[in-house]
Amino acid sequence: MEVSPSPSDSDLARTRPQPSWWSSMLSPLQSLSTNRRALPWLVQGGVGLLLLLMIAFLLANLVRNLSATGLLLTWRWLGQPAGFDVSESLLPFSPDLPYWRALLVGLVNTLRAVIVGLIGSTLLGTLVGMASFSSNALLRRLVRLYVEINRNIPLLLQLVFWYFVVFLALPNGSAALQLPGVVLAKSGLYLAGAAAHGWQLPTLVNGVWQAPLRLSVEFAALLTGLIVHISAFIAEVVRGGIASVPRGQWEAASSLGLHWWATLRRIILPQALRVIVPGLNSQYINLAKGTSLAVAVGYTDLYSVAETTLNQTGRAIEVYLILLSAYLIIDLGISAVMNGLNRLVQLRER
Amino acid sequence: MKITRRRLTTLPLAGAAAALLLAGCASEGGSGVQSEKLAMISGRGKLICGVDGKLPGFSFVGPDGTYRGLDVDVCRALAAAVLGDAAKLEFRDLNSSERFAALSSGEIDVLSRNTTTTLSRDASGGNGLSFAPTVFYDGQGVMAPVNSGVRSLKDLAGKPICVETGTTTELNLADRMRELNVAYTPLKFQTGDQTYAAYLGGRCAAVTSDRSQLAGKRTNFPDPAAHALLPDVLSKEPLAPATVNADPAWADAVRWVTYALMQAEELGITKANVAERVAAARANTNQADLRRFLGVEGEFGKQLGLPADFVVKAVAAVGNYGEIFERNVGSGSPLKLERGLNRQWSQGGLLYSPPFR
Repeated sequence: MEVSPSPSDSDLARTRPQPSWWSSMLSPLQSLSTNRRALPWLVQGGVGLLLLLMIAFLLANLVRNLSATGLLLTWRWLGQPAGFDVSESLLPFSPDLPYWRALLVGLVNTLRAVIVGLIGSTLLGTLVGMASFSSNALLRRLVRLYVEINRNIPLLLQLVFWYFVVFLALPNGSAALQLPGVVLAKSGLYLAGAAAHGWQLPTLVNGVWQAPLRLSVEFAALLTGLIVHISAFIAEVVRGGIASVPRGQWEAASSLGLHWWATLRRIILPQALRVIVPGLNSQYINLAKGTSLAVAVGYTDLYSVAETTLNQTGRAIEVYLILLSAYLIIDLGISAVMNGLNRLVQLRER
Repeated sequence: MKITRRRLTTLPLAGAAAALLLAGCASEGGSGVQSEKLAMISGRGKLICGVDGKLPGFSFVGPDGTYRGLDVDVCRALAAAVLGDAAKLEFRDLNSSERFAALSSGEIDVLSRNTTTTLSRDASGGNGLSFAPTVFYDGQGVMAPVNSGVRSLKDLAGKPICVETGTTTELNLADRMRELNVAYTPLKFQTGDQTYAAYLGGRCAAVTSDRSQLAGKRTNFPDPAAHALLPDVLSKEPLAPATVNADPAWADAVRWVTYALMQAEELGITKANVAERVAAARANTNQADLRRFLGVEGEFGKQLGLPADFVVKAVAAVGNYGEIFERNVGSGSPLKLERGLNRQWSQGGLLYSPPFR
């Protein structure tokens, strides 16, 4: 807000005393209105007051209409038995447990997808981003192709593709895809892991795979879709970060005899991080929000549970408040962590 | 000064936008003797009806691009009764989780989408709907591939079952399986398309829904004969059109137009002979019942806020209940469902229209 030091001609004209009788009565107001410092505050205050009144009116209206239709906010239903089942849960769950437990199960499932997705897409995205500076032309082209395909196709479409076209086309039983320690079947993804009697590989028992670690194909499809989609964006962020490091750094490193990988890891990436981290923040948030598309592939995330809850209870406003605040808190949490990280990697003025 | 001025203009704009948004909600409340919804429909000149849109037999788009099905015909009868023309109608395709929100927000006037009447959906403290008479008595069933060896619910122990989220079937399945003490995995999908795609993709050992819906969807399968309904009936599913609780006058109109379709069947009034029967009733003053029903005398229409001849218009548009049933889900359709419980009360069924008096 700048205040012009010298009043213009029109201002002088306004302040000039007028002969009529009412000008004397209005003079205090008039002097106020000519005060260039007070006027903006007055107008802002007036508009602010108007806005508050409007908000109060709208809220009162909302409350009146909600109470007229018997939909005034209540949270008692959260303690009622949910009555529905969930397909997968890290917490024990049965239909006689209350709604809040069901929502918690959904939240944990969402967080599981977010956390695994963050790690996976960061690793894959960083590798792809670095590969775009490879000296191998074929690799560079492949990386471009990967990025352009994955970031230009909507996430929902990719999820549906991975689930219905890829994962549901997998064979079951003994025909399942078997890699060392990993079995990929239509019924799920089976991984080797530590069990009661040491390390255990997936085994086929009566035509059904058993393994210490099992991911449902729904979860696997969601993760694949999210990681592939978001990693393409992260790769671009990483590429931008690396490109921001002056060429001289590469040349200096190679003149010292460092090879490509060592140059990237020891010289370039540490400097690129301060450009990469702010960009990563919004991609991570995109990933967290993207998990709500899980409902398209049958994965029981928070949104899916909330939707069932909404249908059974009819408490639309409450359920959406819970949903909105849950996603807001997750995203703000990611932002807070990333901002902290950003402060760490920034150049410190000495 | 620049910054201040910009802020000054955006603040009231945002406020005004919010006011407009909420002002829309403000006019919905309150109910007088006259129905706001009926006035709104007449003013708009068309009825907006929420349907499934993808369920053969009940509501789906035919090869000629028009909607057809039992639920659709109920909408047509309503449009004919209220506006005098069955074509003054707009359909909204809704999935099972969208349907109640669309109805309570006023986006649709009536929901005719194979919706089960339940206490919590009806109650003011629940979804706050008002249900018209049941137009299809159904029960929940389970369908499994014939060659899978699944013959009863118990065979599904430990197996995944596909179910559409936001439906009563989801809850009934949980209840029945708990009673049988059978562990299973419910795989929930938002739309019927996704549910049946996952089932046909082999992800689920079985799919559960209303028996009529399973039969309807099966007609679209690549090989309908490869899938069979299990004998278990998991629940009662009385499917009925629904309106919002807040407008009882409109709910009454929907209720009695639905009854009129059943009463017409009872009285033997069909799409083909309705004009003839009206002429006969006009000529013969002794047929008081028929004259009142067809609006030749009395003021049933006026009491409901509908035209006097609303029954005639509705039956002329879609025929009586029996005709609607046979055409869409009965012998005249690929579904070939038995009338079963959906027969008239006089023939051992559950259809029973209260008297038009």
